Amino acid sequence: MTAIDDSALKLDPEEARRVRQERLERIGRWVLPLAIMILAIWLWDRVCVWNEIPKYILPRPGVVLQTLYDDAGLLFSSLLVTLRITFLSLLLAVIGGVGLAVLFAQSKWVEMSFFPFAIVLQVTPIVAIFPLINIYVDNQTVKLLLCAWIVAFFPILSNTTLGLNSVDRNLRDMFKLNGATRWQQLRYLRLPAAMPYFLGGLKIAGGLSLIGAVVAEFVAGAQGQSSGLASRIIEAGYRLNAPRLFAALILISLAGILIFLVLSLVSHLILRRWHESALKQER
Amino acid sequence: MVASGEAPMLLALRNVGKVFSNGVMALTDVDLTIREGDFVSLLGPSGCGKSTALRLIAGLSTPTSGVLDWRGRIGGDRTNIGFVFQEPTLLPWANVFDNIWLPLRLKGVSRAKAAPAVMEMLARVHLTGFEYAVPRELSGGMKMRVSIARALVTKPRILLMDEPFAALDEITRFKLNNDLLELWQDERFTVVFVTHSVFESVFLSNRVVVMAARPGRVFAELAVDAAYPRDEAFRTSPDYAALCRQASDVLVGAINSTAGPHHDGH
Repeated sequence: MTAIDDSALKLDPEEARRVRQERLERIGRWVLPLAIMILAIWLWDRVCVWNEIPKYILPRPGVVLQTLYDDAGLLFSSLLVTLRITFLSLLLAVIGGVGLAVLFAQSKWVEMSFFPFAIVLQVTPIVAIFPLINIYVDNQTVKLLLCAWIVAFFPILSNTTLGLNSVDRNLRDMFKLNGATRWQQLRYLRLPAAMPYFLGGLKIAGGLSLIGAVVAEFVAGAQGQSSGLASRIIEAGYRLNAPRLFAALILISLAGILIFLVLSLVSHLILRRWHESALKQER
Repeated sequence: MVASGEAPMLLALRNVGKVFSNGVMALTDVDLTIREGDFVSLLGPSGCGKSTALRLIAGLSTPTSGVLDWRGRIGGDRTNIGFVFQEPTLLPWANVFDNIWLPLRLKGVSRAKAAPAVMEMLARVHLTGFEYAVPRELSGGMKMRVSIARALVTKPRILLMDEPFAALDEITRFKLNNDLLELWQDERFTVVFVTHSVFESVFLSNRVVVMAARPGRVFAELAVDAAYPRDEAFRTSPDYAALCRQASDVLVGAINSTAGPHHDGH
């Protein structure tokens, strides 16, 4: 048998069509959303002009961009305040969520006893809890952190608990046969097995901790105690400064998108060698 | 090779029975003696309790009645048993080296200390050079080789195998059968091999224990007197064909002995 020469490899029409299709899809995945976005912004601009809408009601995109540039110092220092709360609360959500999940995994009884409390904490709207926190906690940062944490920790807790409990039965037997201690089973089997679940929870919690931080600031900011992006929005609202309001809103959205992208990348890097979710489709 | 009569006893199941909480009588009155260096196959239809028997031997489950007698000692040393599951059962996030290291790691052996033993086992299962591959990069047969290497890395006296090659294609299965026999002859451990393939049990073992279902019990025992080493020539020999026919007849008897309506599968 002779090896097939690379140059002699001719694609039949069906395969060639598929290659073309894949290339188009790859380009379209980026170009289409961008094109729609640009079209929407253009339409926004036109609507303002055609209807002669005053800028304190709906500013033109150019004006928003100009405001973002002019007020950069103010807005970005506020963004930093918000991001600090976001990341600290996400960190605490990871520690609290994983810690509680590991505790729950030690015994079915602990899980049965305490999981309902976690659910109660999750389903009660944070806006309704905040006045209580406001009474009990003095420190402004602690207040905001507690708020954002309550919103963000649940997906990590529930996902990690699920992951720790869904270890292959045979693998568990294998560890038992080799005389593994409870700690060894956790360290070498259950925690790695829970990793994909945890990372799924982390991606949700990342967005939620930003939402939690902004909502907490809103409630606190209504009392003039905050300097984050949310209080910039409230302030701008009072002053009918719509351009700055839009600029702050855009910054929050961008921060949320960035958090999601970073966490997706982290997840991909950790799982890429072994987990189905991170593998490319192979034919 | 070892004549089965001479070797000392390693393990005996005496009047062993197992009843599950749902009332299913998985095993009843099983008497079975396993000698040092034996290659025993447990052969039987689904539901005959052959996997249950293996789990009892491994200590993953305790008998409802009867005792397991390890060289005269009730209970025995359970920490040095090799077990190969029906699936490769590897840690998907760990590479081949770490997977084989695992049993030693759990006993507190460091990576550096374990390396010679791990590399030797890799060579024994013909996977040298694959130590950094993760399981999903391996074929089904290679994953099973890793699983066997992991089971043997602690140098156990007894290797328990629960239909390990059932999911593999025939060519791979034959190859693994040959390699398993080679390992067994070199290392002289004892094997208890659960299978529902007559051909596999006759090719591998010196004793075939045929089991019947509902309730799970030992139906008959066959000695396979063909000499080792057994190779491809044995697989096509008239002796092998005759032994297979004999075992098939016994198995048919075991299946027909099951009272009541037949159910398929588990």
